Amino acid sequence: MTQPLIRDESPLQPRRRVVIVGASAGIGAALARQLAKEGAALALLARRADVLTALCKEINAAAGETRALAYAHDVTDTGSVPGLFQKILADLGTIDSIVYCAGVMPSVIFTEYNYEKDAAMTAAHLLGAFAWLGPAATLFERMGAGQIVGISSVAGDRGRVINPGYHASKAGFTTYLESLRNRLTRRGVNVLTIKPGRVDTEMTRGAGITKGLYPVEKTAAAIARAMRQRKQVVYIPGWYRWMMLVIIHLPSFLFRRLKF
Amino acid sequence: MSTLNGKSPALPADRLARLENFGHSLAAPGYLFRPTHTEQIAELFRAARQQGFTIGLRGAGRSYGDAALNRGQAVLDLSRMRRLLAWDPAKGILKAEPGFTIQNLWQTTLEDGWWGPVMPGTMFPTLGGCLSSNIHGKNNWRVGPIGEHVLEFTALLPNGKEITCTPKKNADLFHAMIGGMGLLGVFTSITLQLKKVYSGYLDVAAWAEPNLARMLAATDEGKEHDYIVGWVDCTAGGRGLGRGQMHSADYLPPGTDPNPAQSLRVEHQALSPNLFGILPRSVIHQFMKLGFHNPGIWAVNTAKYTLNRTLGHDKRYWQTFVAFNFLLDYVPDWERAYGRGGLIQYQTFLPKESAADVWSEMLRLCQRRGLPSYLGVVKRHRPDDFLFSHALDGFSLALDFKVSDRNRHKLQALTRDLTRIALQGGGRFYFAKDSALTAEETRDYLGAQTLAKFQALKHKTDPHGILQTDLYRRCLLSE
Repeated sequence: MTQPLIRDESPLQPRRRVVIVGASAGIGAALARQLAKEGAALALLARRADVLTALCKEINAAAGETRALAYAHDVTDTGSVPGLFQKILADLGTIDSIVYCAGVMPSVIFTEYNYEKDAAMTAAHLLGAFAWLGPAATLFERMGAGQIVGISSVAGDRGRVINPGYHASKAGFTTYLESLRNRLTRRGVNVLTIKPGRVDTEMTRGAGITKGLYPVEKTAAAIARAMRQRKQVVYIPGWYRWMMLVIIHLPSFLFRRLKF
Repeated sequence: MSTLNGKSPALPADRLARLENFGHSLAAPGYLFRPTHTEQIAELFRAARQQGFTIGLRGAGRSYGDAALNRGQAVLDLSRMRRLLAWDPAKGILKAEPGFTIQNLWQTTLEDGWWGPVMPGTMFPTLGGCLSSNIHGKNNWRVGPIGEHVLEFTALLPNGKEITCTPKKNADLFHAMIGGMGLLGVFTSITLQLKKVYSGYLDVAAWAEPNLARMLAATDEGKEHDYIVGWVDCTAGGRGLGRGQMHSADYLPPGTDPNPAQSLRVEHQALSPNLFGILPRSVIHQFMKLGFHNPGIWAVNTAKYTLNRTLGHDKRYWQTFVAFNFLLDYVPDWERAYGRGGLIQYQTFLPKESAADVWSEMLRLCQRRGLPSYLGVVKRHRPDDFLFSHALDGFSLALDFKVSDRNRHKLQALTRDLTRIALQGGGRFYFAKDSALTAEETRDYLGAQTLAKFQALKHKTDPHGILQTDLYRRCLLSE
């Protein structure tokens, strides 16, 4: 018969239980290491089972106990989410936070309009988020507690020329998170939108961005801090907030002439 | 209850619910099922076997710890199975479904002159929950736990069998399922022998005692009374350590009450909805909240003891059964006064020889750690024949502690140390109250033999290990 795989020290001191969707690399993996260090129990999801298993092994070995559980999952397979969500809930016992971290950024050149690439980004950033955060919102609403964390992007703040599909899907994700926040705050649920700038990850480098990258460990630490403080919207690094404030208010007649 | 055919998922998301302990300090999500018929339970057992989930049993959700929680899994709430199956006013024998509450019970039987032989401090628990915990009242020394007044019960076991148990028939299961915390099977009907009474009043005496030794001596001498209970001021230190107020109560012999037909009426027993005629009881806990911190509680306890010592000393009066027995219902939702973090109760049972020393040490430790108990209650007990018995020839002290996000760590450390002290003194514990024990500590007080006997029975009634709770996994599951 199934047993929850995570045990508490006592009822008075339950563990923090966090689900990270998109945990095999980049921000997700760094956040998993950071939260495990803080004592949390983790359910980690990603496509690449081998990478994910290796990460869990590393985390559990460092902790000296089972803290991370691996679930191979492709976020575009939305049909399997309800069953998997239930399994994770049974394995962890409770979910205190869910971090939706899945993201793709194919490189798109200035003159390219590629439906497949745009659809892949929409599937990963939006449809996958709907599939995962819906059941999580249901659970948290019933519990009157919980936290939803979305790793969106500064790209969602304004539609720039470089990758329309990326910007549009991240803008959609940011708006979705805002809607969840407006729905769920009154139910005791915290919804945290993370807007990283350029973070030093496989995804960013894969898209050909190599300059001005912010270390991924520092990003993870900042996210963990924002989770503890139950913030609403956080830019990483923090100074991006001011830069984005300027960009958000840039008038269109100027903005459409820029090339960044 | 939706049917569980092979196709629909057994644990549908729309059944997810937040479930809490009575003190609101622990919470766990569970897929809540609330059947009205035994067949639906059988169906859920089958689904659990096929699909590999576990089921925790829950009654009114009145246990202080994690006894009725089953994190992330199914929870079977029996409170809708609350039919009265039979009532014999001549013999005082009542047969009801497990969701029938103590309130349902006395409101059914009292006008015929019958009262529950064992009554808890609140009327909201279900009979199924009372049997599972094998509850006791303020008269445990005189009449034992509720299990000793059960004539018969029927139960549905997870292995699919339906059985009937009496003290003679299936005696091993009778003595294990009563007190078995809902881990061996589901009660489907319970037959109780009630006690004949001749008035709706009890003859109550109240007096103050200046320290713990005197409190325990008074509790021990009170064995002659039908009921004996002590309130302990846990904030007092020094020579006043463990001081408090005693209450004894006795049934009135036939003929004493000039008008029993009146005093036995439900309307006569019910508490008035307002305090002092104007203050609605339902809002009192909101005001109590203002004083529920260490200095406030010190002031309240000191003032209460001073009043008990002076104006309230050596008083005798008649009190209704409801007012005396269900003291916890005097202020509705009183546990909300503890604030957002809620409360836990920590109750230890100690042999009469070691009780005074052990509890002195424990009370002093609580005070030193800045975690005084806000409410302490002393009772007198005697051993019984049930497998998971918490009772012994001695006393129990129940301590209520406020829980907050900030004190959880300290409280955890405190309960660990209290348990160590209690175990050294030969202490026992009570699953309905507990949220602190570990599996090792449970083995220490119950003994490996008792646990082996329990596991053997569980293997027989529940070979797939379907019935589980957070408490089961914490205290009883061997790795």
